[in-house]
Amino acid sequence: MNIALAKTESGRAVENIFTAARDRLPGTGKVAEIRRQAFDAFERIGLPHRRLEDWKYTDLRALMREVLPLAPAPDAAALKRAEKALGSLKSVDACRLVLIDGVLAPSLSNQGALESGVRVQSLREVLEDGSNEVRADLLFIRADLLNNGEMYGPMVALNAAMATDGVIIAVAAGAALAKPLHIIHVATRSSAAIYTRSFLQIGKGARATLLESFVAADGAQSYQANDAVIVSLGDDAELQHVRLMADSADAVNISTAIFTVGAKARLNTFNQTSGGVLSRYQGYLTFAGEGSKVDANGVNLLNGRQHADTTLFLDHAVPNCASREIFRSVVDDRAHSVFQGRIIVQPKAQKTDAKMMTRALLLSDEAEADNKPELEIFADDVTCGHGATTGALDESLLFYLRARGLSEKEAQALLIQAFVGEAIESIASDALRELAILTAQRWLAARG
Amino acid sequence: MSLLEVKDLQVRVEDREILHGLSLTVNKGEVHAIMGPNGSGKSTLSHVIAGKPGYEVTGGEILFGGEDLLAMSPDQRSAKGVFLAFQYPVEIPGVTTMTFLRTALNAQRKARGESEFLVPEFLKKAYAVAERLNIPREMLKRGVNVGFSGGEKKRNEILQMALFEPALCILDEMDSGLDIDALRVAADGVNALRSPDRAMVVITHYQRLLNYIIPDFVHVMSKGRVVKSGGKELALELEASGYAQFEDAA
Repeated sequence: MNIALAKTESGRAVENIFTAARDRLPGTGKVAEIRRQAFDAFERIGLPHRRLEDWKYTDLRALMREVLPLAPAPDAAALKRAEKALGSLKSVDACRLVLIDGVLAPSLSNQGALESGVRVQSLREVLEDGSNEVRADLLFIRADLLNNGEMYGPMVALNAAMATDGVIIAVAAGAALAKPLHIIHVATRSSAAIYTRSFLQIGKGARATLLESFVAADGAQSYQANDAVIVSLGDDAELQHVRLMADSADAVNISTAIFTVGAKARLNTFNQTSGGVLSRYQGYLTFAGEGSKVDANGVNLLNGRQHADTTLFLDHAVPNCASREIFRSVVDDRAHSVFQGRIIVQPKAQKTDAKMMTRALLLSDEAEADNKPELEIFADDVTCGHGATTGALDESLLFYLRARGLSEKEAQALLIQAFVGEAIESIASDALRELAILTAQRWLAARG
Repeated sequence: MSLLEVKDLQVRVEDREILHGLSLTVNKGEVHAIMGPNGSGKSTLSHVIAGKPGYEVTGGEILFGGEDLLAMSPDQRSAKGVFLAFQYPVEIPGVTTMTFLRTALNAQRKARGESEFLVPEFLKKAYAVAERLNIPREMLKRGVNVGFSGGEKKRNEILQMALFEPALCILDEMDSGLDIDALRVAADGVNALRSPDRAMVVITHYQRLLNYIIPDFVHVMSKGRVVKSGGKELALELEASGYAQFEDAA
């Protein structure tokens, strides 16, 4: 549905931002043309608002109000701030790819640690390479643009228009990576916008782990991050994906992950949102081959006035696939958690096994959680189920723990950890699971 | 100085007075049994001593080691040495028994200014205690009480008692839901913890438990008060005559 709107003042402002940024955006000729088309697709709707069904709980037009100008490329000072922000993330044993304010920073990355069987290029270098025009053309999800940007929505279209950099990773068929690939997004500027787009292709029978971290340097405030990750998982391949979003407390993060899963493949994707005042993480997962399994789990840890929206679209397009979605959100103060889980089982997708469970824990009177499971089932030989609960901490459990010596805060922390535990336990990699647990523990400790 | 002194305790739950001036004195080394029919207020007494919310003390006081117990939070009471073995221990999925035990013991020790146990030391200690109680290590890796039978839940309470070494153990209807064998195992565990420095208050309906955990004193409660106290023979008398005579006396 296109809502034709007269160009508002804010609409003109965004146009100006795009025009001003154009020279910085890598790619000329055909690529520049596609960026223009993508921007037009964004403009047709503009910032999504609550009359769009997918955005009914997260009216970006009201909550975000404006699109900020593109962040300048990082200078030496920004690099320094970013390095400091990396902190303990540097000790994660991985192949580290650091994007600072939307630009790949080789000096803070360790591409030397790349294992054989993996190829990494920067989006910028591929787009600027004139000889790659045809390939560059494919990077921007043409199908979506042909559909007027509607398939993935205006924020993904805006991402296509404004992406400054990202990483393009190809894991060769049969390769089994020992170390995770770690994409670290660091924001160092205030009141600016960052757009990144990355691609991950896992070849047939290959196995890889992808970790994404979003952090802010000291002093980086009120920025907007828009990231898109497009993943294609080959037949018989396995991917463990963990995303930890810990942007600054007043930042906006609107991100998208698009997964296409081949036959007999396994995808385990986990997202933890603890940062940002406003965030939307949307996952599009499509089964393109039979006999595959997807686990898509997430945890929201929210306080203050945070608004975090996780929206998943899962398409059982082929038969004999299984999917599990476990979502847990912990909401304190006046925060607001949103989970929308839409599953479509296409007419030919017989023997589909799909389960979704979303639970919200409200820790205060003003906390709010919206859970919207949506199942559209067009095949008749399937097993599909969903559940959604919202509640407070169990008083009898709290008393039991207190009667054993735990203070009120300690008792709450133990129960909250148990609550999010089921979602975090699903992470197969020990190291990444520990990292997620550590982040959750820090959030709990900060409650005081 | 007595370990526990309950003086003229009056307690209201919602809009009903449950305890009407209950008095009880317990010294170290003693085992007291509290018996009475349903509704006599036995569980209310144990809950008020442990600090469960929802109970309003409208009169009287409770001194523990000479200190005002009612002024302390439940965790403070636990650190001071009060332990309530719950009648219906709760299940806590997602929290392993081992983690719970270590966190609880360390919380109590920290409150007392004692050093906390590190994981390896604690594991050793916990395994040793579990072995003495015939609790398999595998059980300690499961969620607290998750999937435990009634007997296993009660044994888990006793395991905690053995680990925390409280000064005052209140066993709230420990025999409920247990068959004879489970009862014997539980009672053995409790008896092994009897010591001159420890006091126990055994709350029960039935005399049978007291064949295994032999009390020094027996008190009969009816309608929110202690109506008769005596030695262990009183329990046998009760079994013969029932509670009815005490209902009228209350």
